Amino acid sequence: MSDQTLFWIFGILAGGGAIGVVILQDIVRMAFSLIISLGSTAGLFFLLDADFVAATQLLVYVGGTLVLLIFGVMLTASGPFRRIQMSTGETFIGAAVGLLFFSVIAFTVIDVEWEQLDGSHRPVAAAATDETGGTTRAIGLRLIGIPADTEIGVHRNSGEKTGYLLPFEIVSVHLLVVLVGAAYLARAKRHETSEATGGDA
Amino acid sequence: MDASLTNYLLIGAVMFVSGVVCMATKRNGIAVLMGVELVLNGANVNFVAFSRHTSLGLDGQVVSLFVIVLAAAEAAVALAIALNFYNNYQTIDIDKGDKLQG
Repeated sequence: MSDQTLFWIFGILAGGGAIGVVILQDIVRMAFSLIISLGSTAGLFFLLDADFVAATQLLVYVGGTLVLLIFGVMLTASGPFRRIQMSTGETFIGAAVGLLFFSVIAFTVIDVEWEQLDGSHRPVAAAATDETGGTTRAIGLRLIGIPADTEIGVHRNSGEKTGYLLPFEIVSVHLLVVLVGAAYLARAKRHETSEATGGDA
Repeated sequence: MDASLTNYLLIGAVMFVSGVVCMATKRNGIAVLMGVELVLNGANVNFVAFSRHTSLGLDGQVVSLFVIVLAAAEAAVALAIALNFYNNYQTIDIDKGDKLQG
């Protein structure tokens, strides 16, 4: 199957899944539509030669974040809250605003001459894919602070030398804080309910 | 029409607008979270597409990795908040959370 066909399949699935999240009313079907959309996005990343980002998308997003969201659906979607209807007026206004917003973005995207951004030399991502068998090594070197492009023979015009070590560390600390915070938030409610029941008794 | 930069940007625009409309119109708290995920993913498509189709290098892919990680963190905290809301109000309808309304 050619890249062209795969692009259309994944593109239509990604866009259609995103539209399905908006249109569907049942929260469980919305979650399934979101799975289709994000999984197809991973396919688009593979088509864009971004193998590491696509694998991360599948592992972290589809495998982690969406499972978390579906747990949320499971814990809260009881009885009448499974589908909360909007009024028809809200639906029309939402659709109109969405279409207008999309047409603004779409006309802007189509009008701009993106080809000017294409340099005379080959894109760095493609070169990295050819010479090292993937973008993983280049991304990893960049995350520990080494700009890797000089090693794989691609000229880099900017003079930056630091890479992404500082953002990487900040994200690491941020993840730790989020872990503690989410655990605390999930624990606090149990205290409240036990105190409430104790007060009632 | 082929797999050009413009088409990737259009797909990203569809996901972004769907997420914004989802965030603005849905009354289910979990559905609002799904809208946030869609917005972040539309931005990710743009980042990776620019990284591939221009001479800007791998920086877009690194930024999209950070976005994925931060989205996971955001989903964890927001879900904890949503579950607390559900425990306190016995509903997930965010229109019911108007205690701070003046």
